[in-house]
Amino acid sequence: MSGNERPPVLKVQDLAVYYDIHDGGLLRQQVRPLKAVDGISFELERGETLGVVGESGCGKSTLARALLGLVPPRRGRVLWLGEDLVGLDEKALRRKRKELQIIFQDPLASLNPRMTVGDIIAEPLWTFYPKIARVQVEERVRGMMKMVGLLPNQINRYPHEFSGGQCQRIGIARALVLNPKLIICDEPVSALDVSIQAQIINLLKDLQRKLALSLIFIAHDLAVVKHISDRVMVMYLGRAMEVASARHLYRRPLHPYTNALVKAVPIPEPGRRRRGAEETGLRGDMPSPMNPPTGCVFHPRCPWAVKRCELEVPPLRRMAEGDWVACHRAEELDLTIVKHAPGTV
Amino acid sequence: MKSSEATTAGVGAPAAELDPFEAALHLGDVKGRSPWEDAWHRLLKNRAAVTAAIIMGVMILLVIIGPWVISWDMDYTDWDHTQSAPSFANGHWFGTDAVGRDILVRTLEGGRISLLVGLVSTLVSLVIGVSYGAIAGYYGGVTDRVMMRLVDIIYAMPFMFFVILLMVVFGRHILLIFVAIGAVNWLDMARIVRGQTLSLKRMEYVEAARACGVENRDIIRRHIVPNLLGVVMVYVTLTIPQVILVESFLSFLGLGVQEPMSSWGALVSDGAQDMESAPWTLAFPAAFLTVTLYCFNYIGDGLRDALDPKDRS
Repeated sequence: MSGNERPPVLKVQDLAVYYDIHDGGLLRQQVRPLKAVDGISFELERGETLGVVGESGCGKSTLARALLGLVPPRRGRVLWLGEDLVGLDEKALRRKRKELQIIFQDPLASLNPRMTVGDIIAEPLWTFYPKIARVQVEERVRGMMKMVGLLPNQINRYPHEFSGGQCQRIGIARALVLNPKLIICDEPVSALDVSIQAQIINLLKDLQRKLALSLIFIAHDLAVVKHISDRVMVMYLGRAMEVASARHLYRRPLHPYTNALVKAVPIPEPGRRRRGAEETGLRGDMPSPMNPPTGCVFHPRCPWAVKRCELEVPPLRRMAEGDWVACHRAEELDLTIVKHAPGTV
Repeated sequence: MKSSEATTAGVGAPAAELDPFEAALHLGDVKGRSPWEDAWHRLLKNRAAVTAAIIMGVMILLVIIGPWVISWDMDYTDWDHTQSAPSFANGHWFGTDAVGRDILVRTLEGGRISLLVGLVSTLVSLVIGVSYGAIAGYYGGVTDRVMMRLVDIIYAMPFMFFVILLMVVFGRHILLIFVAIGAVNWLDMARIVRGQTLSLKRMEYVEAARACGVENRDIIRRHIVPNLLGVVMVYVTLTIPQVILVESFLSFLGLGVQEPMSSWGALVSDGAQDMESAPWTLAFPAAFLTVTLYCFNYIGDGLRDALDPKDRS
């Protein structure tokens, strides 16, 4: 990971997405920006999995859509194999989409209810190879279905005839049918049962190994992210708080927000509470991204905040062992998670 | 789709050792059941809608075949039996009007015009309204605003004034009725379709299609329109009777079809004048009109329940 010299497949620099919010009456309209993603930078290597975690509304999904060019970024660069995707026209972008694909959160909503599974999986093929023979398409679709663990003889069925987990497999097959190099998973398992979650995650891991895929795995469930990610980016109010290897992140978070998130993971045992959870628990709610706090966006909720945090925006700094953190007090704080019985985070 | 693979587990394959997934790989293709088929089955269970559809079917057959079979012509005046009451003896089953024309054949001929106006005008408004609304809704922004303001402007024109103006300029002609009704009816359709499109284009499968590089016009064609059709079909079945009524209204005012042609509206209008002396001249066309309107409404209701089972209250 950090010691690797190969160039990254994806390099994101200072990416920002603002939504314009129209306010006020008909005549005196004000446009205020909602900073959904505000200056995110990271790199991704071939075959690597980057987890992205954060509360609802922290800009995870917007980040995913901005990477694919589904929402236009306000500034920044998305370098895919050295080529900037930001500012490409619709046509050029469309060609690139062969290499970058996305899997959605709601498996049923991401499939057109009026199309058969075969047509859904084949649609990208028809789009990119309009002259391809029908037989070939069908063969490929059946192959994909088998690969993601669906019975190919179900090719003529409709999405509503499948379970949530199966629908997600269809979504994965659609994303993989063009042989992409990067898959962005936008909370692919949060709508599924826990037992199905594990199946889907293991499927993604298998496929990643088999096809040398890079993954960006977005979730709000830390346990899920830990299982699949090499590195994890923690987002808060559209900004990266910490980017660290999954192992480090869960053992010794560098950022107070990460610390709070990790400690908030419930212990799968009724009645038992994590030691130290009380004093590090977060106060209040996430502020509105229309009106983010000055300085460090996390300071109003941070138990360790000092005057400096209110005034200065902390840059994302490189720490020992190749981890990155955006906190003024990262060196002073020791947020090592107390060791619990095995099985807990 | 081909289902040439053996329909049972492969010959000689040691079935006991295969895991269920492997074993199932050799099964033949399963037939899917589309949401349309589901809706169709639900519709067939709706007795009111099925009855209405049967009556409507009979009505349409009557209207098409009737005038050929009946020995009277619609403009033949039977001077021996003017204003005759319904009678089997003289062959005028529904009676005759003041100038001795057979009411039965006139009602059926009038039905042809009324139903034709209803179907054609609705079809025109369907095609224009769906494409217009889907484009405005899907592209959004300035396109949407300009297109929908245009709809508002046309909507604001007084309908009767518009019709009278057309009559004055082009003279009375059946085509003008199609044009006038079509010009107004697609507006509602466009608004409904636009509203639906606005919510559909936020669906994840549309986003997935965009992420796969599908072009906008294919997204509208493959993803937006097929998912609109449920709502549109319901609206269509409710529009047909509305159009028939509008045509009747125009004919009642004397702006509709021209003699000796007739429509249900024109017949009701004529009948209303002789209501006291010859009530049958009003009763039969009015009954046909009413039954048709009821039928379409029941079919529309049934379709709504069948296509949108979640909304049933």
